[in-house]
Amino acid sequence: MKLQRISAIIERDMRKFFRSPALMMSSMIFPLMQLIVLGYAFGGKIKGIKVAVVDQDHSTASRDIRQRFDAVMAGPRTLEIQDYSSLSDAVVDLRTGFVRAVVYIPPEYSRRVEQGNRPRIAFIEDNTDNFVTSEVLIRMQSLVQDLNQGLNPFQPGQRLSVPTPRLNPLIDLQVVELYPYIEYIKYLLSGSIAMSIFIVAMIGGGITFIDDKSRGLHEGYLVTPIKKSELILGLIFSGAIKGLMAGTTITIIGGLIAGIDRLWDPVRLLYLGIVLGTTSVAMISFMFLLMVRVSDPLVPRAMFGVLNTLLYFPSGAIYPVEGFPPWLRWISYIDPFTYAVHALKALLLKNTGFEGIYTDVFVLLGFSFLLVGLSVAFFKRQI
Amino acid sequence: MNHTETNAIEVLKLVKRFGDFVAVKDVSFAVHTGEIFGLLGPNGAGKTTLIRMMTTLTPPTSGTAVVAGHDVITDPDGVRHAIGVIPQALTSDPELTARENVLIHAKLYGLSSAQRQKLIPQLLESVGLTEFADKLVGSFSGGMRRRLEIARGLVHSPKILFLDEPTTGLDPVSRTAVWEMINKLKESASLTILLTTHYMDEADRLCDRIAIVDHGQLVALDTPIKLKDSVPGTDIVEAEFGNPPADWNATLEKLAGVASVTSSDGVTHIASNNGPLTVRELMDLARDRGVAVRHVSVQGTTLDDVFLYYTGRQLRDAATETVKYDTNHLYK
Repeated sequence: MKLQRISAIIERDMRKFFRSPALMMSSMIFPLMQLIVLGYAFGGKIKGIKVAVVDQDHSTASRDIRQRFDAVMAGPRTLEIQDYSSLSDAVVDLRTGFVRAVVYIPPEYSRRVEQGNRPRIAFIEDNTDNFVTSEVLIRMQSLVQDLNQGLNPFQPGQRLSVPTPRLNPLIDLQVVELYPYIEYIKYLLSGSIAMSIFIVAMIGGGITFIDDKSRGLHEGYLVTPIKKSELILGLIFSGAIKGLMAGTTITIIGGLIAGIDRLWDPVRLLYLGIVLGTTSVAMISFMFLLMVRVSDPLVPRAMFGVLNTLLYFPSGAIYPVEGFPPWLRWISYIDPFTYAVHALKALLLKNTGFEGIYTDVFVLLGFSFLLVGLSVAFFKRQI
Repeated sequence: MNHTETNAIEVLKLVKRFGDFVAVKDVSFAVHTGEIFGLLGPNGAGKTTLIRMMTTLTPPTSGTAVVAGHDVITDPDGVRHAIGVIPQALTSDPELTARENVLIHAKLYGLSSAQRQKLIPQLLESVGLTEFADKLVGSFSGGMRRRLEIARGLVHSPKILFLDEPTTGLDPVSRTAVWEMINKLKESASLTILLTTHYMDEADRLCDRIAIVDHGQLVALDTPIKLKDSVPGTDIVEAEFGNPPADWNATLEKLAGVASVTSSDGVTHIASNNGPLTVRELMDLARDRGVAVRHVSVQGTTLDDVFLYYTGRQLRDAATETVKYDTNHLYK
């Protein structure tokens, strides 16, 4: 055994390592990024949950409740209150995901408070996201408890200017869950479907694309009259078809495993197809734009983990976006995963119909047009 | 130079720079319709860059080329429709079958279904791949892949076929098969073929005319016979000496029939009009002067001698030199 030969192999590997930014990134930057993204993506304090308040009592007592909500908005900022005049409008927005809960103060609320006749406040929650609803429910229960005790929890020692309701009998918080209990596996399913499309995009749009390029196969196509837009669109649509196939398979198998109700509902299947199709186009376009100038086959492999962490976890697939710090929320806004996961949750957990997904679909389509345009612009037709 | 009907390709003052490195330096030539034209030179001489500029794959820094009547800069699409290209790398898709590879290209060139059904079996037959038509290309030898790529390059009946080092990396049997194919193509159609090679025998055997390229410049262009004739002497005496004195080459030049004497890599090349006589006198002189003769041989002039005559180096030396020179810019 010769030390020189061993050192020669070490030297060879170290030289290659330091000349490959892709390898260095995957080994050093990726774990750090995972630490930061995962560290902030899980268990963060949930803030800015949109709650609709429908006050049909318009009394001093009901305004007191509204003021207490305002105090929560100004203080811990857990809730973002939006006033609605109609309960039905609020419930529609709850179903489509524009608000996460509805607080309904009925017309007879103040009269019942005056009469001591079991005054009631209804709390209607979108229980498809247990992290969010439990946070809102805790706030609501605390608020009702304070009302019943006649205390202001946010300004201890100070009395509110408005009169506090009578304590007997106590105000009753009626909790209405909009959907049957959602197990966590159902909650996770949307993320897994989006992940299956991402993997196809990564393999087809990233790894295979760069491998073919480095093997010289592209040169064989570039000498033909094919235009770069035709080549890019051909590659994107083939990738999207593969993504749609993978997404559909995981939707069906995952849906059966997770026990999604009425999985074969044809209208929902149609909407799922639209979401899976637009998600596939968006993700493969995203991958092409990232890879359009890459020629080192190591790069897509090294980026796989980084992109997975950077796109999957900030999407709200496993923890609500409302729990992220602002910088992570910004990633989620430009992450196609976020819109895919939101739309898939709307369809699979709430069966909202098109009104629950059209924003996501249009964002994904807009995203795709932009990315395809940029990919075509950056693609080099010549060597 | 104006494009004429007799010229399939006209290369006009082509220059290609990669940063500070000039890969092609002001090259001009014309390829006649129907001929097999060879670009001969060592690796890194600029042959592939030249072919890439002619096939629209690489934009020239200056100058242009008119290919089948279309300018590569102003009408690249016209060029692409008129040419078939077999790049140096094996570009057939190993995950597809031979038939599928040709089919995809036929579609890229807009061939109708009827044309495809008629042409694809014919092309596969012509390259001897009928029985492998439905086999995955990944299982093919290098020679089979090259033959398939030639078939693929002909699917749209191009006017000009570009072959970039068609036999590099192939075993001798596959090389011969590819040569036979190229010769068959020449006989069968009014196809113009431009090929690059660094094999002298390949250029000699296949090409009607040869352009010798070295360090990005065109150093000679003519038919193989005329190129050989341009080298002084009819024979080349190649000799290795043990302890030649300083004036040895000058002394050799005075021998009967000698036209010129050059030395390269320890080997002396003597161009002679009478090889056997020169050898006899050489042996007598060496004995008289006490110079050891390690090796001596006589042969007719080859393209190797032509390359040596025009560049001052042998092709095998040029290859190592030029590769080093060529890749320097990549590490800057």
